[in-house]
Amino acid sequence: MSQATLRIQKISGHAGSVPGEGTQREPTLCKLIDTTTCIGCKACEVACMEWNDLPFGETVFGNTYQTMPETRWNYWNLILFNEHEREDGTLMWLMRKNQCMHCADPGCLKACPSDGAIVQYTNGIVDFQQANCIGCGYCITGCPFNIPKFNQETKRVYKCTLCVDRVSEGLEPACIKSCPTGCLHFGTKDDMRDLATARANQLRDHYNFPNAGVYDPPGVGGTGVIYVLHDATQPELYGGLPSDPHIPWTVKLWKGPLKWLGNAAMLGGLIGLFVHYLRYGPKSREPEDFEPLEPKEGSQP
Amino acid sequence: MSHPDQILPHGRILRYVFHERLVHWIAGFSYLYLLLTGLAFWSPWLFWLAVLVGGAPVARMLHPWIGLIFFYGVIQMFFMWASQMGFTAVDRAWFKSINHYIQNEDEEMPPAGRYNAGQKLLFWGFFFCGVLLFLSGLVLWFPEYIPWNLRALRYTAVVVHASSALLTIGLFMIHVYMGVFAERGAFGSVIRGDVSLEFARRYHPGWYKEIVNSSSTTVPRK
Repeated sequence: MSQATLRIQKISGHAGSVPGEGTQREPTLCKLIDTTTCIGCKACEVACMEWNDLPFGETVFGNTYQTMPETRWNYWNLILFNEHEREDGTLMWLMRKNQCMHCADPGCLKACPSDGAIVQYTNGIVDFQQANCIGCGYCITGCPFNIPKFNQETKRVYKCTLCVDRVSEGLEPACIKSCPTGCLHFGTKDDMRDLATARANQLRDHYNFPNAGVYDPPGVGGTGVIYVLHDATQPELYGGLPSDPHIPWTVKLWKGPLKWLGNAAMLGGLIGLFVHYLRYGPKSREPEDFEPLEPKEGSQP
Repeated sequence: MSHPDQILPHGRILRYVFHERLVHWIAGFSYLYLLLTGLAFWSPWLFWLAVLVGGAPVARMLHPWIGLIFFYGVIQMFFMWASQMGFTAVDRAWFKSINHYIQNEDEEMPPAGRYNAGQKLLFWGFFFCGVLLFLSGLVLWFPEYIPWNLRALRYTAVVVHASSALLTIGLFMIHVYMGVFAERGAFGSVIRGDVSLEFARRYHPGWYKEIVNSSSTTVPRK
């Protein structure tokens, strides 16, 4: 979305190396969401829309406080509300702010065929560049978190930018700025991981949440958005947060071995046919030049 | 045989009637477009191919529509030719002596009918890949409408579409090589419709015999 002047480390659909990659050291940035102190006020939802100038669409009532079933092309930040009954019969109201996870190994970027339509900055932010997007929707297939959303009118795909325009100016993302409880934090990945771990320890040691932990899934190389969960063993309870997200294996196959096998086969085929022509030539000259064949009466194959 | 193969003046045989030629080129030209744009989406190193046909966003928009035209061609071909594409004992023997075919020793080959075993393989390869490309293509056309709990459809479609496209590319390269470079006269047959008697006798002896036997015309010797 933004044309921020940040260093880039990964470019989608790009032939050759990434210009300027690794020439400057930058800390990886990270958003920390502590679901245990979220009160579901939706200030982050409003701040996201306001800052990013997103046109508002209709909300959908689904018997909960949730604004709509899932994020939209113009609604990048959505708190998911889930009621969970524990074994002892007590109720837990789980709220999770859902948005792009800014994976270290982004499936959207891997699947994208268009040069520069998705970039990953050196600070870890994964950003869609709609000017380069061709609208194929492969990113939708590559994403394990159901985040990129297609706009039928512009034929482009949109998602959370981690407020890259703010971040590149030294500001925190709009959602962080708006959070009244302090359940949202923003900083370097190392700092956020330490903070999250400390909070998870506190929940385990002092608040009777023996399974409390940090959600930073290794299947996608870790994420630029990490969660503190009351029960890190069951992330699915929090609106279907996948317990072991990874880029779909078919996408990896398609963009990996199949690509090399296919390219080698196509190139080999072209060379093979050319060499065949050099060695054996055409089966005949012009039709007029045919020699009459000797009749082979009764010949068997 | 219901096909109106007929001996024409000047020692020619009508091999493809107008409808067959037309359908062939509907499929042929649409396939060329699908190939160029598909390769552009396939590899960053070939992305520039999309520029040749109006840019990648246009290609993304048109590729599915042209795909429908190609699939129409494939279905037409199925109804035109499937009945002639059954594999016979001669075809199995043909595959066994394929080395002779590769080395242009056509006189060593079992007598192929109207289509030799390689052409039948091409036909069925394109038919089945065409069906797979159509089905997976529908999913890739509207990925945003596939609900999250059916995402396996999308995961399947991306590999099925790419793999079957690669198979057709292999078939396509051999098809063009045979038709344009190796068998002189074959390309003309799908443009003007006719081949020489010698062509028929050399490459499709079974078909040649069938026509000569069923024809009341005297076959000119040369």
